[in-house]
Amino acid sequence: MAILSLKDVHKSFGITHIIRGVSLDIEQGEKHAIIGPNGAGKSTLYHLISGLYSVTSGTIELKGEEIQNKPPYEISRRGLARSFQVTNIFPRMSVFENVRCALLWSRGFRYSFWHLLGRQGELNDCAMEVLSQIGLLEKASFPAGELAYAQQRALELGITIASGAEVILLDEPVAGMSHSEAENAVQLIRQITEGKTLVMVEHDMNIVFDVADRISVLVYGEVIASDKPAAIRGNQRVQEAYLGEVATHA
Amino acid sequence: MVILQTLVKKFGIWVAYLAVLLLLPQLFDSILAISIYNQMAIAIVFALSYNMLLGQGGMLSFGHAVYFGMGGFLGVHTLLMIENESVYFSVMWVPFIGGLFGLLCALFIGSFSTRKAGTVFAMISLGIGELIAASSLIFVDFFGGEAGISGDRTFGPTFFGVDFAQNIQIYYLAAIWTFIATIFMYLFTQTPAGRMANAVRDNPIRAEFIGYSARRVRFISFCAAGLFAGVAGGLFALNYEFITEENLNAATSGRVLLMAYIGGLGYFIGPIIGAVLLTLMNTLLSTYTDLWLLYLGILFLLTVMFLPRGFAGFIMMHQVAWLRGRLTSLIKPYLITGLPALVFLLGVVTLIELIHTEDETLSIWGLSLTPASVPTWIVLIAITGAAFYGIRRSLPQLREAWHAANKPDGEGN
Repeated sequence: MAILSLKDVHKSFGITHIIRGVSLDIEQGEKHAIIGPNGAGKSTLYHLISGLYSVTSGTIELKGEEIQNKPPYEISRRGLARSFQVTNIFPRMSVFENVRCALLWSRGFRYSFWHLLGRQGELNDCAMEVLSQIGLLEKASFPAGELAYAQQRALELGITIASGAEVILLDEPVAGMSHSEAENAVQLIRQITEGKTLVMVEHDMNIVFDVADRISVLVYGEVIASDKPAAIRGNQRVQEAYLGEVATHA
Repeated sequence: MVILQTLVKKFGIWVAYLAVLLLLPQLFDSILAISIYNQMAIAIVFALSYNMLLGQGGMLSFGHAVYFGMGGFLGVHTLLMIENESVYFSVMWVPFIGGLFGLLCALFIGSFSTRKAGTVFAMISLGIGELIAASSLIFVDFFGGEAGISGDRTFGPTFFGVDFAQNIQIYYLAAIWTFIATIFMYLFTQTPAGRMANAVRDNPIRAEFIGYSARRVRFISFCAAGLFAGVAGGLFALNYEFITEENLNAATSGRVLLMAYIGGLGYFIGPIIGAVLLTLMNTLLSTYTDLWLLYLGILFLLTVMFLPRGFAGFIMMHQVAWLRGRLTSLIKPYLITGLPALVFLLGVVTLIELIHTEDETLSIWGLSLTPASVPTWIVLIAITGAAFYGIRRSLPQLREAWHAANKPDGEGN
């Protein structure tokens, strides 16, 4: 059974139809990339899956349960975490606090106002472990907003994976990075999503073809192809609609 | 020895805080001083509770005095009930009753006002503030109309022989309540709910994607702030034994905002500094000049423009230089800029007072000045102008010294 399943999902803003009947099945442990030209609706699709937008029609199932139109925090509690295209962290809090906050719900602290965080040794160790994974251990007490861009992106990944979610949605995780920074980021993504289901939107085709087990191509709010990377590369329709365009621009 | 060191490190600041609170009356023990201390204690709890909203939760409220006032009104009603022997307990529990009522009001109002943050929350808080203030003149039985209501704290059982009739007794009671409230408000910041309040303040959307309802987090902070504002209101009721509509209206809400902002919102100690400073201005400065509210406004403007993180932020700015052992290098540049700044400040204040006075002579700073005398004006303007020039001239050196003191070790110029 697919861990994440979209069935005939539509989304309109007024008379503008952005997502036009997207159906997708993503298997557990799969590394799935969604590609498409600018304005294809990739980010909107992410917002629909993660609960930021409500669907106009259709269903989205996570682990067999319908999650469409549920608020983001409920979807997050069910095991789906996401990152954002624009860095989305808690800038005035320390790097350590950013990660620790991301751990709180999954560790059962909920809205507690009787647990003192300084005394939660296991929680704090876990936060340090995540920081070590993302290479920010030395910056633990640094205000997150003062980190360099690539470090902020790494922290964003740390916040995303900290809760231990089974499905991880990454929205252009290497956007704005230099070549070497992107290489490091890809390595990090591989490492921290090991054994998890990854759904990724990315414009850099080298990264997409390198990381993904399966690729779906979204054009004007419709999935025109969903297949293994090699098949997508050879797909005539995809070539015409998107990859040709990328090749021309490259 | 190690245990002692750990204890000092962990609790030293709290012991010092308690010691300051308890020893203040040994420093000045006049009636005026005790009265000021009482006001300070109330203001500290009130400002810290406001900081839970704005500083920690990012909720700009223009109606926080509602919970203070409601706690105070129920506090005075409790005094009346103790007097009528409807209830039988010591008046020392009045702040607790006030706190519970503040919490109850916050539970109700917060259930709809915390749905959104930002402008919507600010406007709702303003509306609620006006609504309650207007209601206080309508529901006379509870609020007592324009005259307010008054009670008497000398009734009820004593606490180990203390009847809380004297102001000094009330001060020690207020000091203990302030200490307890401060500890609990601090501990709140160290809990998941407190930390998530910071997270929601910083980025409510991100907070929702890590499993937290931003609205629920705001609601919890809001209720906690209401509880402690109510405690402050209860202390007010005990101290003054009367309360009016003025104590829950927009002016009081504005005053607590000023305290928290001027003191420094981002720091736990900030509102304490603000509360002490504004209480001193309110009580001492107001005895020297009618224009103290104008100076308060100027202070607020200057804080917003030049010290956006308040006085606490200004102190904390020096942390890096302190850690790098270069704080002393700033003393000379501070003095070089500070002296003309002080002269400029005194010059401006003198000019304002000269404009304002209707007397033939103005006694200020030990001088006797004649407003009608042209040379007085010329000399004053010249001194103030020269001081301003002095500030402008010395600022680049101060800036340079600041950068030198804060640059990372081993970094060249």
